[in-house]
Amino acid sequence: MTAVAQPAAAARRDGSRRDLAGTGTLLRLALRRDRVLIPVWVLLLTVLAVQNAAAVEQFYPTAAERAELVASMNANTSMRAVYGPAFSSSLGGLAVWEMLTIGSVLIAIMSMIIVVRHTREEEETGRQELISAAMVGRRAPLTSALLAAAIANSAVAALVALGLTGVGLPAGGSLVTGLALGGTGLVFAAVAALAAQLTESARLAKGLTGAVLGAAFVLRAAGDSGTTDGSSPLAWASPLAWARNARPFADERPWVLLLSLGLAAAVTAAAYELAGRRDIGASFLATRPGPAAGRINGPYGLAWRLQRGSLLGWGTGLVLAGLVFGAMAEGAGDLLGDNEQSREIIERMGGASGITDAFLAAMAGLFGMITAVYAVGAVLRMRGEETSERAEPILAGAVPRLRWAAGHLLFAFAGSAVLLAACGLAMGAGYGLAAGEPGAVWRVTGAVLAQAPAVWALAAVAVLLLGAVPGAAAAAWGLVGGALVIGWLGPALDLPRAVMNLTPFTHLPKLPGGDPAAAPYLWILLAAAVLTAAGLAAFRRRDIG
Amino acid sequence: MTKATTAISVSGLVKTFGRTRALDGLDLHVETGEVHGFLGPNGSGKSTTIRVLLGLLRADSGTTRLLDGDPWRDAVELHRRVAYVPGDVTLWRNLSGGEVIDLYGRLRGGLDTRRRGELLERFELDPTKKGRTYSKGNRQKVALVAAFASDVELLILDEPTSGLDPLMEGVFRDCVAEERDRGRTVLLSSHILSEVEALCDRVSIIRRGVTVESGSLTDLRHLTRTSVSAELADEPDGLSGLPGVHDLSVRGRRVRLQVDTDKLDGVLRRLAETGVRSLTSTPPTLEELFLRHYQDEPGKPGGLGNGAAADGEEVVAS
Repeated sequence: MTAVAQPAAAARRDGSRRDLAGTGTLLRLALRRDRVLIPVWVLLLTVLAVQNAAAVEQFYPTAAERAELVASMNANTSMRAVYGPAFSSSLGGLAVWEMLTIGSVLIAIMSMIIVVRHTREEEETGRQELISAAMVGRRAPLTSALLAAAIANSAVAALVALGLTGVGLPAGGSLVTGLALGGTGLVFAAVAALAAQLTESARLAKGLTGAVLGAAFVLRAAGDSGTTDGSSPLAWASPLAWARNARPFADERPWVLLLSLGLAAAVTAAAYELAGRRDIGASFLATRPGPAAGRINGPYGLAWRLQRGSLLGWGTGLVLAGLVFGAMAEGAGDLLGDNEQSREIIERMGGASGITDAFLAAMAGLFGMITAVYAVGAVLRMRGEETSERAEPILAGAVPRLRWAAGHLLFAFAGSAVLLAACGLAMGAGYGLAAGEPGAVWRVTGAVLAQAPAVWALAAVAVLLLGAVPGAAAAAWGLVGGALVIGWLGPALDLPRAVMNLTPFTHLPKLPGGDPAAAPYLWILLAAAVLTAAGLAAFRRRDIG
Repeated sequence: MTKATTAISVSGLVKTFGRTRALDGLDLHVETGEVHGFLGPNGSGKSTTIRVLLGLLRADSGTTRLLDGDPWRDAVELHRRVAYVPGDVTLWRNLSGGEVIDLYGRLRGGLDTRRRGELLERFELDPTKKGRTYSKGNRQKVALVAAFASDVELLILDEPTSGLDPLMEGVFRDCVAEERDRGRTVLLSSHILSEVEALCDRVSIIRRGVTVESGSLTDLRHLTRTSVSAELADEPDGLSGLPGVHDLSVRGRRVRLQVDTDKLDGVLRRLAETGVRSLTSTPPTLEELFLRHYQDEPGKPGGLGNGAAADGEEVVAS
């Protein structure tokens, strides 16, 4: 018996080694391709963490100020929903409190981009076929992609730990912070790896991963709004809360990070199992045959077919998030009492008329910024069509360039307004039901919809880049990301006016509750119109491709 | 609509990308109703020219007329009358082939549905499959069916048969011939010389962004060399001094040489004077013709048309 079993085991070992053949070479290829992408992300995340710690020291220099801030923050449901609970009023504790949530979201996005880029995207473009026809094991592409993500995450962990120690924070807390961020990154690298096995398109793989990230965010927010110490089961169910629950700079509990490692390992194992079983280029979600004759009657119809899926996905996510956050707004004021500082922060986010309105306004702004991510993506879809050479035969038809662009811009502009309206309705309904104030629906819907001009302004910048400097159009992602980071950290850090003014969202009146003056809307609309017109004029004149 | 006699008229076309000069004074003239071959080595500027003709790229200088319009300014009106097939068709993964064919048709002057059905049958294409699942050849067929079923005056085909099997290649040739019979104009960029020989009335050969030759295939043949090998009655003499003679090798009474086709007379006369026992003369193959033009010759961009052929230093693969 053993004589039979041993060769079988040896064959299995051999088989798994063959499965990984070429991983080293593919990893070098991945790192070579990402020689700009990974360093930029790592640097941004490190700067975000370290800079934030330095800013806290500047804005809250005394222990008394910090203790008061933390006490008031933790007492406030809505503040906990946004930033999570703070476990320590030390410098490090505060710095981490503000940064961990957005830092976790960003590192998750980085990991997702790296993994999908080297797995499903390679298969979708057909490049993988050529690679896999060489001496490359079945699981080598996935392994090399995960290793590249692991290298990026380790770099962030190490640099954040070093950086925080460098600005004078305790080494233990700094290390846990770095590891916590890296752990979250690994979880979402694994989720992206699994999503890449399930779907046939890179876009859908990113969408699925994004949906998991969004769900994790909402779970964490709901859980943290309910308890002051992060102990809610809802929060524990969200990988985004684990970094915080490792409590850096507050009696660290590094064992919590084992949860991240464990989940990452389990999800990676599932992805590996699937990767070994399927055909190259194929997915587990099957594609059905389509109609033999088409009804797509022009560039608008085509844009609708190409963009409706993404609109629907974003819409679903925003409606669910709106409902949850709307319901959480109820009672935002109750627990506040006379806590000056949390009132100030939320009011810097959301305006100065009553804490509930301020919270709703802050959420409206946040949803506006998230919608801007969609809008920029809808604009840059054009660049994708162009570089994949699918735009060429369309523009070789009797289609004016501007009409082709208009199809996609309709989604960027009208589509984002639809998203805001749907999200606003959901948030209004959630708040109205929870607060027993059904009349609030329209007020809240209007407040969220009023973010549209700022969303359009960012989309307009993307149009300008697309038209004038198409090679650098992807920089629009950087701009919308910058607006999100400023919008998120700015109010808590009380960033200088000059910095806050960089994002169009700062210039909008805080609604509901604020004074809906027309002038700011008109100015931003004018700017959006001018930028869009300039971008389109440049697009009409330039070479395609 | 008045039909101009010239469908495409390009002269002195220049297009640069940064420091690269992709087109350097290119000329191209395509008469209405002809099938015009557009040839050149990889990277010589064929696709760039086609993109300028389609108004996708903006010319730096030179004049370009397409169906009596300006390809940049009148792009949309012109595109109603033009169908284009790129060499590498990319489809949307979630749209079926049938949907894409109909979309392309609607973006042009419209689609002849009867002909669409007939073409689908002839090309053996399943229109219900999604873009992602088509093979390279089948993706080409999607664009070809859309182009041939479109109601247009001019077809611009950029290496349209890459990936087609020989059977489908035959269907493609039939379709092009039908288009010509219907009075349509075709600009065909291709590397498949038998295809060009079978289909094209005239050809233009470009290299490094410049037109090096243009004319009918007969004209071009005339400008190249014929291989002659002969067994003579006596040892020949004076052959090397004759104009247009290349690669002469004499072994006793056996002679092998190449001669510029328009100088064949003189060589035959001299051979006859010596006395001929046997003689074979091979006309240039199309392959040889193109290889001569494609071959890289820095400093001598003129090719055969302006006397470079007389130099006789070129080594021709045979």
